[in-house]
This record gives sequence, C-alpha cells and structure tokens, in this order.
Amino acid sequence: MGQLKVIEGGGEVAVTTRLSDLLQWARKWSLFQYPFVTACCGMEFMATAAPRYDIARFGAEAPRFSPRQSDVLWVVGTISQRQGPAVRRIWEQMADPKWVIAFGTCASCGGFYDNYTTIPGVDKVIPVDVYIPGCPPRPEAVLDALMLLQDKIQANDRKPIVVPPRLVPERAPGRTGEGNS
Amino acid sequence: MSQAVVDRLNTQFGERVLETSDAFGDHEVVVALKDWAEVAQFMKDDADIRMDHFIDLTAVDYPERETARFDLVLMTRSSVTCARIRLRTYVKDGEEPGTLSSIWSGANWAEREVWDMFGIKFAGHPDMRRILLYEEFVGHPLRKDYPIDKAQPLVPYREVDDIDKLPPFGIEEGQPFARIDWESRLAGGDDQVSPAIGVQQGQRRTLSDSEAARHIQARIDARMAKEAEAAQATEETTGEGSGE
Ligand code: SF4
Repeated sequence: MGQLKVIEGGGEVAVTTRLSDLLQWARKWSLFQYPFVTACCGMEFMATAAPRYDIARFGAEAPRFSPRQSDVLWVVGTISQRQGPAVRRIWEQMADPKWVIAFGTCASCGGFYDNYTTIPGVDKVIPVDVYIPGCPPRPEAVLDALMLLQDKIQANDRKPIVVPPRLVPERAPGRTGEGNS
Repeated sequence: MSQAVVDRLNTQFGERVLETSDAFGDHEVVVALKDWAEVAQFMKDDADIRMDHFIDLTAVDYPERETARFDLVLMTRSSVTCARIRLRTYVKDGEEPGTLSSIWSGANWAEREVWDMFGIKFAGHPDMRRILLYEEFVGHPLRKDYPIDKAQPLVPYREVDDIDKLPPFGIEEGQPFARIDWESRLAGGDDQVSPAIGVQQGQRRTLSDSEAARHIQARIDARMAKEAEAAQATEETTGEGSGE
C-alpha cells in the first residue's frame, strides 16, 4: 500500500494511510474478471486459472459473465471485425473503474492475421491497459501482466503497458519492487 | 472405383463431358455450367455410382482469364464405393449456377460461402446471404482484385495518437508478416520500428534474431531512461513538497 504510518502505544497498534490508497489496494486485490475468450489463447488462460498457476492468489479468480459485475476485461484471442461491436458493447457496459488486458499477440496487434477479417489489436476499438505478447503467452507472462496491472491500479496509472519480454526480467517497467504490498 | 464414375458419366453424358483427368489419382470431370446441377443430381441418384457424400464446394478466381472468370469446384464421395470425384465448371462473372442445396443439404452453407467470398450467386438457393462476413461488407474478399490490405471495420477505430506501444509492438503492430517497408523504416531510424520480419509487396527482408533482440533492447532502454527521468522529476517535486 502507499504510505503507511504505524502508531503504537499502550499495547495497541493503529495504521493510517490515505483513503485513496486504501481504495486502490482493495481494488487491486479483488479484480473480478470478464473472460472474452475467442481463440487458442484460451488454453493458456485456462492454465493460468487452474491450480498450478492459481490466479486466485491474486484475488482475480472470480469470473463474472455479466460485464456489469466485472472489473477486468480479458480479451483472449483473435478479435474479428464482426466481433468488434460485441466487444465494444461489453466494454461500454462495464462499470468504472474498469481495466482491459489484451491477452496474446492477436488481441494486442492482430498477430499474424493481417487481412480483411481481423481487428489489428483490440485497442483499435477499446482502450487497453496491459498487453501480453506471446502466441500464446505462457501463464507466467499472464501472471506478470496481472501484477503489472495491480501495480498500475495502486499507482493510479492508466498508461498502457506491455509485459516485457523475458530478456531482463529485473528491469521490467513498473516492477521496481517498491510499494508492493 | 473413381475411374468407374468417370466412365459412367462419360457414357451417360457423352459430348457434354468437356474434360476428364486423373492427375495424382484425383479424378476430375469438367462440365458446362448449364449441365452443372443435372450432372450433380445424376451422380447422387444413379444406382451405380451413388455419390452421396458432399465434401465441399468452392471456387477459384482467375481474373485474367477471358473465357470465364471462375472455376466452380465440387468434391463428392460415395459412402458405398468410396469413390471420390471432383466436378468442375466454368462460371463467368454474374452468371448464376443452379443450386445443389436440394441435392445435398450440405451444399447450402458451402454455396453461401462461395457467394460471400467470390460473389457467385446460386439460382434457386433458399437463403442466399453472406455466411462468414457481415451484411455491411462491400465486395468479395477472395476475388483476386479485392485490395489485400482493405479492412471494413464495423466499429470505427479509435483515434488516439498516444497509443504509445512498447516493444515488441510498433505502431504497425509488429505483425511479422505485415506489408511494411522495413528497409526504409530501419534506415530512417523511425522510433516505431518494431523488430519483426517485414514484407513489402514483392520484397522480403528478414531480421536476424540478434538484430531483433537489439531492437527490443534499444526500445526497452529508451523506455527505461524515460521512466527513470520521470521518476526523478516526481521525486524532486515531492521532495520539495515535504521539505516545506
Ligand atoms: S496469439 Fe496465437 S495463440 Fe493467441 S489467439 Fe492468436 S494465434 Fe492463437
């Protein structure tokens, strides 16, 4: 959490922080997800949600199949032009604050589909917070993305970000190791 | 077995069978467009050949061919004799072959797909609508004169200039097979160059792994430097703030 102040005295402990910090902290640990799963990336999405990688550790395991109840829209897989209106509508129905994760190269940029059918990245239609490259990305990258998103939520940062390639993991943008609770 | 089907069609239709061939063991019979549905019906019904399995119906576009622009191709098989046959005909742009959907119901959707992709209408089809694309789509994308990079978005693309993507995506989305002139982009030192294989029409250039890694690294470094700068700036301002 952001700035914590611990006050001890008389055998009792109180912790103070800013209300906005507390709110963001609560938000980042209870991300209800809306899985918009359209293609092969869905397999990795399932792997991420299953016990071995266990997305529940991050408080993000609960899928909500009503956009009105969900906080994060996972766009998992290829989005065709024909699906554009649907994904846009779902995003519009979600209540603020809401976030979008583009899962896989197809959702991020169209991937190898460069033709009349495919939207070249779902960010052409809705704003995306975190992009996960990979075809499909490994569950580790997905968890990375979730942690990046949590950091961004805590920092109230709406800049889009890409889960960096595993060349220099310790230098991944946003993963400074500070301020993570 | 398949040869028997060809022979049967030859004896039944004689002159009306225009060509036959058996390249690589795939037997093919070519008929005129006016005989298309009749021959298909005969293949289905005839007690000797019984082509009861509709496999596929598709088309091929030859825009430069003057006689007839399209080949219409039907694959069938017999579940009794296991014979396979390909029936082909020539279709001019605007001509309407008779529907086969009353012969094999599987032809219904295949014909809709041919209409969707090639713009060949089928006379007598019960439901001649697009099947894969949307009604708003203009043109038929598998015709060779459909522009290769023409998309017809249903939702207008957002107009944001700071989509500011990080590596490995560039503004052209790092599509490894995208039609982008990578030569000039790389030479111009464009910030949005993404490490990928670029294909400009008729010209290919491949980035080696090390080249690609270098580009990724350069963009990460630039990004990190920018972020460090920004972080320092905020630190300075907050530092001043608490000092007061
Ligand atoms: S990125 Fe790859 S794995 Fe994911 S949906 Fe696209 S093609 Fe499938």
